[in-house]
Amino acid sequence: MSGERVFKYVGTRPIRHDGLDKVTGRANYGADFTLPGLLHGYVLRSPHAHARIMSIDTSAADAMPGVKAVITGADIPKTTGVVLLGKEGRYDLGDMGDNLLAHDTALYEGHAVAAVAATSVEIARNAAERIIVHYENLSPVLTVDQALAPGATILHDGLVTKGQPLPDAPTRTNVAMRTELRRGDVDKGFAESDIIVERQFTTPMVHQGYIEPHACVARYGEDGQILVWTSTQGQFIVRDCCAGILGVDAATIKVIPSEIGGGFGGKIPVYLEPVAIALSRKAHRPVKIVMSRDDVFRASGPTSGTKVRMKIGVKQNGTIVAASGSLYYEAGAYPGSPAGAGAMCALAAYKIPHFVIEAYDIVVNRPKVAAYRAPGSPSSTFATESILDEIANRLEIDPIDFRLKNAMMEGDQAPYGPKYGPIGLKQVLESAKNHPHWKAPLGPNQGRGVACGFWFNAGLSSSATVSLSGDGSATVVTGNPDIGGTRVAQALMVSEELDIPIERVRPTVADTDSIGYSDLTGGSRVCYATGMAVIKAAQDVRDQLLARAAKIWDVGVDKVTWDNGCAVPLEPSADRTSLTLRQLAEQMPHTGGPIIGRASVSAPMAGPAFAVNMCDIEVDKETGVSRVVRYTAIQDVGKAVHPSFVEGQMQGGAAQGIGWALNEEYLYSPDGVMQNAGFLDYRMPVASDLPMIDTVLIEVGNPLHPYGVRGVGEVPIVPPLAAVANAMNDATGIRFTDLPLSPPRVLKALLRN
Amino acid sequence: MTKLHIKTILNSEPVEFLCEPVETLLDALRDRLNLTGTKEGCATGDCGACSVLLNRRLVPSCLVLAAEIDGQDVLTIEGIAQGETLHPIQQKLLEHAALQCGICTPGFVVSAKALLDQNPNPTEEEARYWLAGNLCRCTGYDKIIRAVMDAAESMRSDETQ
Amino acid sequence: MATIYFVSGLERYTGGVESLSVDAPRVRELMETVTEHFPALREPLEFMSIAVDGEIHQHPDYLKLSPDSEVYLVPRISGG
Repeated sequence: MSGERVFKYVGTRPIRHDGLDKVTGRANYGADFTLPGLLHGYVLRSPHAHARIMSIDTSAADAMPGVKAVITGADIPKTTGVVLLGKEGRYDLGDMGDNLLAHDTALYEGHAVAAVAATSVEIARNAAERIIVHYENLSPVLTVDQALAPGATILHDGLVTKGQPLPDAPTRTNVAMRTELRRGDVDKGFAESDIIVERQFTTPMVHQGYIEPHACVARYGEDGQILVWTSTQGQFIVRDCCAGILGVDAATIKVIPSEIGGGFGGKIPVYLEPVAIALSRKAHRPVKIVMSRDDVFRASGPTSGTKVRMKIGVKQNGTIVAASGSLYYEAGAYPGSPAGAGAMCALAAYKIPHFVIEAYDIVVNRPKVAAYRAPGSPSSTFATESILDEIANRLEIDPIDFRLKNAMMEGDQAPYGPKYGPIGLKQVLESAKNHPHWKAPLGPNQGRGVACGFWFNAGLSSSATVSLSGDGSATVVTGNPDIGGTRVAQALMVSEELDIPIERVRPTVADTDSIGYSDLTGGSRVCYATGMAVIKAAQDVRDQLLARAAKIWDVGVDKVTWDNGCAVPLEPSADRTSLTLRQLAEQMPHTGGPIIGRASVSAPMAGPAFAVNMCDIEVDKETGVSRVVRYTAIQDVGKAVHPSFVEGQMQGGAAQGIGWALNEEYLYSPDGVMQNAGFLDYRMPVASDLPMIDTVLIEVGNPLHPYGVRGVGEVPIVPPLAAVANAMNDATGIRFTDLPLSPPRVLKALLRN
Repeated sequence: MTKLHIKTILNSEPVEFLCEPVETLLDALRDRLNLTGTKEGCATGDCGACSVLLNRRLVPSCLVLAAEIDGQDVLTIEGIAQGETLHPIQQKLLEHAALQCGICTPGFVVSAKALLDQNPNPTEEEARYWLAGNLCRCTGYDKIIRAVMDAAESMRSDETQ
Repeated sequence: MATIYFVSGLERYTGGVESLSVDAPRVRELMETVTEHFPALREPLEFMSIAVDGEIHQHPDYLKLSPDSEVYLVPRISGG
């Protein structure tokens, strides 16, 4: 596959086309857009974690000079639509609509209850503070334990446990879904095990932490035509969600995606756009709304805090025989945690004949969770990889050899059913074993940990057009916001197919009017699925060029072939030698008109990715402060189209995982108010926290893609949680099961021991 | 509230504007002067996306009042490149692919320039600690630090030529 | 005859039946037969993707099946 083909452009490292704009501040992000007559919106949010909204009096706000519109949930009636991302993601528009502007009940502190549009943000905020909301306080449930306790406050009357509920489950419940994966006979498996380790783990609710807050501008025209400019991972999702939530035809909405300042899954749902549209409709002027950082923490979509119980049984010779687990994931205020995915990922790397894993999606009075890079996988993998580390220690087997012994290979059956195609797990483990990091000596108070990770990678739908100019340059247009260098990767693919130098290919991310439907940027799918569409569109151009050459030479199209950027006749003659792409492009008006190549794909899921991380950590035993002193990330990337940006994904995901393991968490007061909604106290890694992050790219081609491309963006965040915790165990002798391993917790544990 | 009349040297040009007394420099730059290259990530001085140089000193513009720059000298991201020539930091960030979403990049360019103006030969550790006030969520900082060190070396060798 | 496997807890909706071989030209016809046999599967199916010969598809209805296709039902997941 990718091993056979020799690439000319793919695999090189050109400077990205949008790079100049980004290093000079010219690139326009969500908050950088303006329209004539712009108003500024401000969202009023509930100070209570759980409260019935008895009444809202907006009269004082309405009367303030400079205020042009005030809305509440009554202005956006409830809906029952659903937006499906294929059969992969399912967005309940009723929940999404209620989430962005509450109707009856505030379900978390920060839940939007009203919004104001005014001539300045100051005026809008002052007006919002004059809105009188009567709340009737209800007791909140903040953790999965509280939500499951007998007599717990129920968030949603009529919530029924979907999926595979237990037969004796209570009818009034906060459990939105239960799923189960099962194989063989776990009792038999554990009976055959020589060593069994069972532990309970917790991971905190954390935020994706993108540096750009949500921002949009919306203009509602009196003819019903709607324009939206927004920072999003999916402009078509914004369009379809706004249409469904507002009850308008999607054809009336044009969504222009701005450059996006990070997303990681958190900018897939809509929060502001329908509110801005509704305000604009009332005010008859465009409205801009930008979230504050405080709003982002309290009212966008962090990922689930979790409780995971896991038990693994192993034979003395290191063969894993049985595993059982119970995963409890916070969904936030509405159903939809990635518990099911967590269950599928927990055991995905290892051949285990007997297992049963159950996963619970549990509503609590916290913000509705959104996707965060490999959603579900980091928390469940943390449990598995920690227990395997403990077992390897007990068996005195090298932790990498232990994993190699049990590693899944092509043809093995995944825990969720189908057989794996070509996968690179063994290769990444071998690479780790042979990497100098694994053998490097450790200093005092230092420890080393290793862990694996898995992610599926999405497929979904994408469209692409490639157009040729008369001078032989090309444009490639797709519908996927560029979060991490995908634009230049797409240009590389066009260069590869048409042999046009990269500087003569212009990649563009288009709005919803200017390109066919495309699913989101995310799910590690853009290089894979959108790339497939780009390659097909470029090949379409090539086919048309061959037809044009055939016309010029007056031969059948089957008598022309493509070679090295030229059309070449199979039967050359004096006046039939070859025609370059440029020559053919110049002739376009004479040979049939403009050449536009187009393609759309609905790709199956991309082919899974496996990664291994090695972490060296140094612990200050007097303060509990720990520092990562060395880090290596190894991953099967399929085919690296632009290797620098693939490395970037691996390094960025590792940094997020390290932050999750060491410092990040949502801290709540007992009555459900977030205490650390800012970057000072929500402590993400800074440059001085981290060493260089070494990367090794292993390429086991994905047969589903013409170049072997595999999704790369998400799996990097999966191994670090356990890699860090395992390193801490090596450094301190303490098995940490509750994240984050912040200094106070580490110190407490050190003092206890 | 009566607006204040501010006169300043901004990116080497004399500039005048009106602002509210409570307005931050960040808001004045973005909303009054249409210089949207400086970004707001937090408005509490914690993320560095709003970094500018005030009298050559690195400051978070979200924590400076617009009124404070009256009679002062301000450099923003828009003033870093010289005509057609990018600053070496900008060039190296591109060459090292040290940006993914790019939202933190203007802040890093300004901060790194302030570092190299003051210390043309930083160690990796010095660079990391200087840049600890600039949050990046995409890159893990590896390529950014490499780019800054590479820019420093390139600037030192240009000096000696 | 394409074979669909009911694994990982789905046996409860099929009364313990672990697989079914169906002479169906496409996924659509296969699933029609499956839900006729096991009506309890209809609701959980809303939350599942369909894997055919190792490839997980989001819109599989009109996908052609080969005589020895292996089909699995996979819980729906989403990326970030």
